[in-house]
Amino acid sequence: MATPLLSVTDLQVGFATERGLLRAVDGVSFDLAEGQTLGIVGESGSGKSVTAKTLMNLLPSYARVEGSVMFDGRDVRAMAAERERHFWGVEMTMVFQDPMTSLNPVKKVGEQIAESLRVHLKRSRREARDDAGDLLQQVGIPESKKRLTQYPHELSGGLRQRVVIAMALACSPRLLIADEPTTALDVTVQKHILDLLDELREERGMAMILITHDLGVVKGRADQIMVMYAGRTMEQADTATLFSEMRHPYTEALLETIPRVDMASHSRLVPIPGSPPDAVDLGQGCPFAERCRYCSASCLIDQPSLEQHRQGHACACHAPVGTDAGAAAHAANHETGVTPAGLDMGTFATAVGEKT
Amino acid sequence: MAGSGAIQMRDSDEVVLRVESLVMEFPAGRNQVVHAVSDVSFDVCRGETLGIVGESGCGKSTTARALVQLPRPTSGTVTLDPGTDGQVELTGIEGEALRSVRPRVQMIFQDPISSLNPRRRVRDIIGEGLTIWQDQHPDVDVDARVDEVLRAVGLDPVVAASRRPHEFSGGQCQRISIARALAIDPEILICDEPVSALDVSVQAQVLNILEEMKERFGLTLVFISHDLSVVRNVSDRVVVMYLGKVCEIGNSDSLFSEPAHPYTRVLLASAPEPSTVVDASEAAIGDEVPSPINPPSGCRFRTRCPRVTELCASAEPVMREMGPDHFVACHFPGPA
Repeated sequence: MATPLLSVTDLQVGFATERGLLRAVDGVSFDLAEGQTLGIVGESGSGKSVTAKTLMNLLPSYARVEGSVMFDGRDVRAMAAERERHFWGVEMTMVFQDPMTSLNPVKKVGEQIAESLRVHLKRSRREARDDAGDLLQQVGIPESKKRLTQYPHELSGGLRQRVVIAMALACSPRLLIADEPTTALDVTVQKHILDLLDELREERGMAMILITHDLGVVKGRADQIMVMYAGRTMEQADTATLFSEMRHPYTEALLETIPRVDMASHSRLVPIPGSPPDAVDLGQGCPFAERCRYCSASCLIDQPSLEQHRQGHACACHAPVGTDAGAAAHAANHETGVTPAGLDMGTFATAVGEKT
Repeated sequence: MAGSGAIQMRDSDEVVLRVESLVMEFPAGRNQVVHAVSDVSFDVCRGETLGIVGESGCGKSTTARALVQLPRPTSGTVTLDPGTDGQVELTGIEGEALRSVRPRVQMIFQDPISSLNPRRRVRDIIGEGLTIWQDQHPDVDVDARVDEVLRAVGLDPVVAASRRPHEFSGGQCQRISIARALAIDPEILICDEPVSALDVSVQAQVLNILEEMKERFGLTLVFISHDLSVVRNVSDRVVVMYLGKVCEIGNSDSLFSEPAHPYTRVLLASAPEPSTVVDASEAAIGDEVPSPINPPSGCRFRTRCPRVTELCASAEPVMREMGPDHFVACHFPGPA
């Protein structure tokens, strides 16, 4: 691969709390090439939004950040916010989950879009207004001229999110970070927004990071997927490989937990037992060990490192799904009825496709 | 309807809740009216889970709240145990009479955190209904009952009962809400988007708990969600709503395997992992829902419908039967 547009190496983000250091992101690395989409998937608290905010320089000043973030050969972390304010919002922009809170409720939509054009690209008032109208049209807003003079509360959720996307695209960014862009929206609208982001990415050749908790959302859209848990990368692969040969038990568990429209009524879902670990006190072993059905004794004391078992597919697990080690660990746990972490295997046994 | 009609109503002794011609309107100022729910009829049998699905603003939550008379519907009737001696028309009673029926129909809400009082302990939150209920059931042991329902939803009463809601995660708070609703032994549980605010892994836990509780306490569920796959998973019968009207109603197997209303097909094609019974291209519709203040004439879905004709603007489709226990309100139903 040519030099990637964005290259993140061993990123660590910590927050000092009364109880000790909270490791929100712990050793995350990835490369993203121009025109590609990276999907970051994980539960709440897995560190996916903190990763995005680190890239956007939006973390509070007390956050402790280590590791390197290179964007097109430039060191992003060394940029001073004031001096490089034509970087964030111009070359790298972000779309947030809730469109209502990312728009200013007392400013007209057109002014909000025009603002970044005037500040960053030094457009005149009139040029900026015309460009804002064009942008609204590009993101598929009907009657875009009329919408320019409306306030956010006059628009529906889907339209608001389109406005936010128009703002993010105003200065033709090279990287767009979309943090759960459709979680607050209806399914019909969700599909439109995701399709729109995809089209725009292709048209403009920009790179995109799509953050979501739903593996289904990234399935057909991302080129690569990174699964995060407790601030760490659990599995990283290109999308086709991830879905055909998933290796990490957490990825498997995430996929099994989602109901699908093609499943029969009252199919028992397989929830992930327990809850995510306390990020302040992660202990030594694998952070997922307590909830994992492939857990072995070594998982409790030895944290698995992220290893590439072949080009482009990395996984951090001692007993990956689909390997002999994984099958052996699962069989051993099945035999004894409890995992070494004390999880009753019965929680999984009752859960397999049984009708209530 | 979307359209009107009552052909979908069942004539069975098992019907525990019957909703007929429910209309919910709210004043919107300047002599305008929001038509949130317009002429909706359905029924629920004992032990059944009825799923209600639709986009935001289709009136599904308003319908749910009208069932428990919060607030009272503009017109229409909601009847418990219709056709039996114990028949109660909720829309026709008030005051003490209504209060005495309320324990039979309980509700859980979307946001688990804001539906629990942050300043009270879990034991008091769950026990409040019981202490009021005690007037009529003097032999109930409040503490023992609270422990029982907490254990039923998978929380340890020793640890949980003396804590306050902020000490729990969203999924645990939703379990507490379920425990509170179950404490006074309801017959019908109305769940208004109970898992929308939860993470996928927690969502599965809560859905499984609802299924367990349904079996253990012999509940009848009305389950509202915008997520088709969730509704598919829990429901025996499904109502698809659009802009205050019913589009399609039927048992969930035939509704999901042979969706007849174009809107149901759009929803199925829009799911992140679309259903195989519809074509992905069927998801291509405008994403603007018309205003419920001034809904379209005829079929309310016609402004976004791929099959629209002149007939749809002039005549409102009436519910028709597509198969056993499968009804649709469309002039041109069936596969694309």
